[in-house]
Amino acid sequence: MRLLTHNMLASNARGAVTGYPLKLQVVKWSTKEAEPNPEFLRGMLPKIDWPALVAATQALGLPELLPEAPPTDAELSAEGAAADEGSALRRLHRALLEIHIEEGALVCPDTDRCFPISRGVPNMLLHEDEVRN
Amino acid sequence: MWYLCVFYHRLLDYRRPEVQSLAELFGGPGAGDAVEWRMPENHHVDSPFHLVRLPGDERLAAQIANRSLLVKGIYELWGQGTTYEELERAVMAYPEERKLPYLTPESTFKIVVDSFGKVISFQEQNDIMKSLTYIPFKGRVNLKKPDHKFFVMETDDYGCNNGLPPVAQRTVFFGREVGAADRHLLPTYQLKSRKYIGPTAMDAEMAFLMANQGLARPGKLVYDPFVGTGSILVAAAHFGAMTMGADIDIRVVRDGRGPDCNIWSNFEQYKLPEPLCILRADNNVPPWCPGLKEVFDAIICDPPYGVRAGGRKSGGRKLIKGTVAPYTVPDEKRDSHIPSTAPYSLAECVHDLLHLAARMLVMGGRLVFFFPVVREDGVANPAKYPEHPCFRLLASCEQILSMRYSRVLLTMVKVGPYTEEVEKAAEERRREFRENHHKWMEEGNLHSAVFSPADQAAAAADGKPAIDRDSKPKYRGKYV
Repeated sequence: MRLLTHNMLASNARGAVTGYPLKLQVVKWSTKEAEPNPEFLRGMLPKIDWPALVAATQALGLPELLPEAPPTDAELSAEGAAADEGSALRRLHRALLEIHIEEGALVCPDTDRCFPISRGVPNMLLHEDEVRN
Repeated sequence: MWYLCVFYHRLLDYRRPEVQSLAELFGGPGAGDAVEWRMPENHHVDSPFHLVRLPGDERLAAQIANRSLLVKGIYELWGQGTTYEELERAVMAYPEERKLPYLTPESTFKIVVDSFGKVISFQEQNDIMKSLTYIPFKGRVNLKKPDHKFFVMETDDYGCNNGLPPVAQRTVFFGREVGAADRHLLPTYQLKSRKYIGPTAMDAEMAFLMANQGLARPGKLVYDPFVGTGSILVAAAHFGAMTMGADIDIRVVRDGRGPDCNIWSNFEQYKLPEPLCILRADNNVPPWCPGLKEVFDAIICDPPYGVRAGGRKSGGRKLIKGTVAPYTVPDEKRDSHIPSTAPYSLAECVHDLLHLAARMLVMGGRLVFFFPVVREDGVANPAKYPEHPCFRLLASCEQILSMRYSRVLLTMVKVGPYTEEVEKAAEERRREFRENHHKWMEEGNLHSAVFSPADQAAAAADGKPAIDRDSKPKYRGKYV
């Protein structure tokens, strides 16, 4: 599971108010190189909940990776951004596309319901007594 | 400009919509609707020869043909006739300034003689090529990599035409190729050489057609809520889209058949970027964050509709019926508990899918999915296709599977915003589904309609055959 997915998921169990953002508990994570895709990132940026993404990188122990405020479109499109290791584009690329959570859990902020992540697949299925009526 | 568009004689219903989708993809918004069609004189609509007007220059035509799977080629038509004499007159009358640039001495060329519904011997092909002396070819012949390819194509003039209704008169076309399909990707992606497949894995050709209908391309995000072994996402990823999938069955999405035989290995096999995420989730209770902005550019899927594999959703059967209090999972067993599921009726499944698409697709985004149809009097009934205030139906392509049953690929485009009103209506309908679970299960379950059709039994009792086998055109079989 990548952090982009974490940014989109919420708990929908009974008792959850918004169920968002899910707290990230990490047991094992890895970095896999991904093809640069600036077009995709630029399209995605306005849809990202930035504080939730920053919280996720902090849960991973990478407080330096992302700034407090989201990068602007101009920063992402800046010339040479793709080649510069420290550029906003490369950092966003790393945060959204290259970090994989292998084992861990997503925890509902309202009910503490724990959704396990095993072998990279988050299990968002509810037990029968948790489905909302 | 008008072109001659020659199709492969396959999946007849899918051919025009594919060209229109690709016109939209390469030509920009509105280009798909601007495509115009005409049939050559005396040709049935199921013939492979169509005339098409594309909203753009020759480059657009080439782009469409190259990415398409069902377009054999798009040609600038220099002339046509019912005989070779008529063809000659037509080609002679075609404006010189359109012809001469392709006949220059420094260019190379090749002539192909092709036919539909008949075989032309090598000798005859040679004779036909030699009869083209009225065209002043100045260039050199190059059979391997010609600059320009010219095609002579003829249809038969008698009897059945490859199973199509008889063509009254033979037609001969002469044209210059503008673009042609590359079907080489089909052997590469064929299911029999894929590592991980399941009983309902989508055939590679169909998956590519679905990806084309969904306008998959770089920079876009495609979601499949019933991902299974990932066959649809593989096609979307081949065209450069980012992918994401979900399934209710954890064995399928996480375990597969071992560490080297699972969804991820399918992407690895073709050197495609792996999906952004595969998750286990229930389409009936989707786990998306409430304030999420419209995020998917296309949702492409083959929902479980209960013929090969039935759908399941969260919540046990008894729980939904409401006769027993919900089973409470003891705390110590919560981690290893396997939640029970209930059957998921077709009606509810499709409703959830449309609602999800309305909420999650960007404006102008596409929803592409298969919808099963019980054929009445040999035709699918368009009045029964699902509708939604946020969506406009762009295309419905039927694929006949058996005498009684076919599936229709529906392509919809999001035209209306997801409003509170839409949300409220969906919530209302959801409650209805829950209250009438059993009634809906029966009405909305295709399986019972296909496998225990009551009307068929009744008709047999009257002494009449339930289906008049001669009433349907035979050529519209499974593969056409």
